[in-house]
Amino acid sequence: MRELLELLEHDARRPVGELASMLNRSEYEVEKNIKDLEKNKIILSYNTLINWEKFGDDTVTAMIEINLTPQREVGFDAIAERIYRFDEVRTVYLMSGSFDLMVIIEGKSLKEVANFVAKRLSTIEGVTQTRSHFMLKPYKKDGTIIDDEERDRRLVVSP
Amino acid sequence: MMETKKDWASRLSPGVNAIAPSGIRKFFDIAAQMDDVISLGVGEPDFVTPWPIRESCVYGLEQGYTSYTANRGLPELRQEICNHYQKNYDVTYDAATDVLVTVGVSEALDIAMRAILAPGDEVLIPEPCYVSYQACTTLAGGVPVAVPAKIENEFRITPAELEEHVTERTKVLLIGYPNNPTGAIMTRKDLLAIADFAEKHDLIVISDEIYGDLTYGDEEHVCFSSLPGMQERTILLNGFSKAYAMTGWRIGYALANPTLTAAMTKIHQYTMLCAPITAQIAAVEALRHGEKYMKKMVAEYDRRRRLIYDGLTKMGLECFEPKGAFYIFPNISSTGYTSNEFAEELLKAEHVALVPGSAFGACGEGHVRCSYATSIDKISEALNRIENFLKNHKK
Repeated sequence: MRELLELLEHDARRPVGELASMLNRSEYEVEKNIKDLEKNKIILSYNTLINWEKFGDDTVTAMIEINLTPQREVGFDAIAERIYRFDEVRTVYLMSGSFDLMVIIEGKSLKEVANFVAKRLSTIEGVTQTRSHFMLKPYKKDGTIIDDEERDRRLVVSP
Repeated sequence: MMETKKDWASRLSPGVNAIAPSGIRKFFDIAAQMDDVISLGVGEPDFVTPWPIRESCVYGLEQGYTSYTANRGLPELRQEICNHYQKNYDVTYDAATDVLVTVGVSEALDIAMRAILAPGDEVLIPEPCYVSYQACTTLAGGVPVAVPAKIENEFRITPAELEEHVTERTKVLLIGYPNNPTGAIMTRKDLLAIADFAEKHDLIVISDEIYGDLTYGDEEHVCFSSLPGMQERTILLNGFSKAYAMTGWRIGYALANPTLTAAMTKIHQYTMLCAPITAQIAAVEALRHGEKYMKKMVAEYDRRRRLIYDGLTKMGLECFEPKGAFYIFPNISSTGYTSNEFAEELLKAEHVALVPGSAFGACGEGHVRCSYATSIDKISEALNRIENFLKNHKK
């Protein structure tokens, strides 16, 4: 099952017939495996990694370090939930170290992101401090090198 | 081209004149005219050398490692090679006397032949096989004797087949498993029979195990010198090109008894001096920390192997399911084409490059070699194109 997951993680659009050949299983079996993995929420969603900058969009990405005062009973979870429900928030991690939450935000402009942090995030009860870092250039995302120019340098035919 | 006034060809060495030119040149020239060629004709990994291995070489350069090394190679590399054989095959080699680091297996094969062959000595070579086996034999003054392997026997060779070609001049048996171009492997049982044969005729066995790490399915690679009594009479050749995707580094080695190793070292020290230090440093890193990257590449080759085997079989081409290396060797004789015609017509019509089986020995005729050391997407597309070709081209 791990091999199937790794193949899908790398390319979710691979035809079932190909997957079946590569894994030495029947197509029916592979389809059933995938359905089960989806049902059990092991496969959560199928996304596409897009180079929006190349497409022409000038989006702004910021990483916000947030310090919190933990709450009785629920610790950080309740505040984290209040934060991750915003659409602008792409990623939320609970961290060890000098801050508590790492929040990744995408917006159309610097102003929009700054506004969101100032008006939405820092005003949440329990948030004691925020520090924003704006992303300047992505080199690698989710295992994919953004401007990968590695090409086949081999001779066309060799013994 | 330069005009030559004298008959220079008559001044060439007989050895060079005896060697046939490479059969794949023609395909280069045709492929060069096209910009959408999918090549299944490449005999090397499509992966780039894993980054930690490359990085170790960069670091070595920064530290100023740019000198010669000992003729036999860096002591730490020879030790790592010995450790590798101890750990994986339980064979004990002495780093001081039994190891020679070479410029790829190609050099190792050349100097092994030159170290042991007298003019007229015969070398048994199971075919189909790698293209330089015959040439290296001839250049060293030996006589290559082809022993055809059969698809019915999964391209393995048997003592009975070898016996048919033994003469009193037979000195060497040269085997290469996992095999390029067929993808065949030899099981322990198969090899034990070959070992008896070598013993009976007192042959030196040169075992080219460059694809030894690339086997699939249940059968694991058996190192020839690990067989009872065989270590002393075996010259074991291996390198880093295939398992660690390091073809361009040109780094390999020979393992043999101290006398044979010293003889090969003699030639090596006067002709090559030593293998490049940059490649030797990278090879140390490959043996120390490269295994997980190698395993990952092998798993990927295995998936591609199943995909291409399924694809070709479904088209109705007779195939032996390869068990090692990264080649598949389908029989295309049902199309009515010779291997050469098939390869040329396919390239012209569908822009898929592969290598005619006849390049690997006369008994390879009727087959073509497809390398699956290329991405899944390209293999899929190549399969579509080959299927298309088969539909439209029946002779």
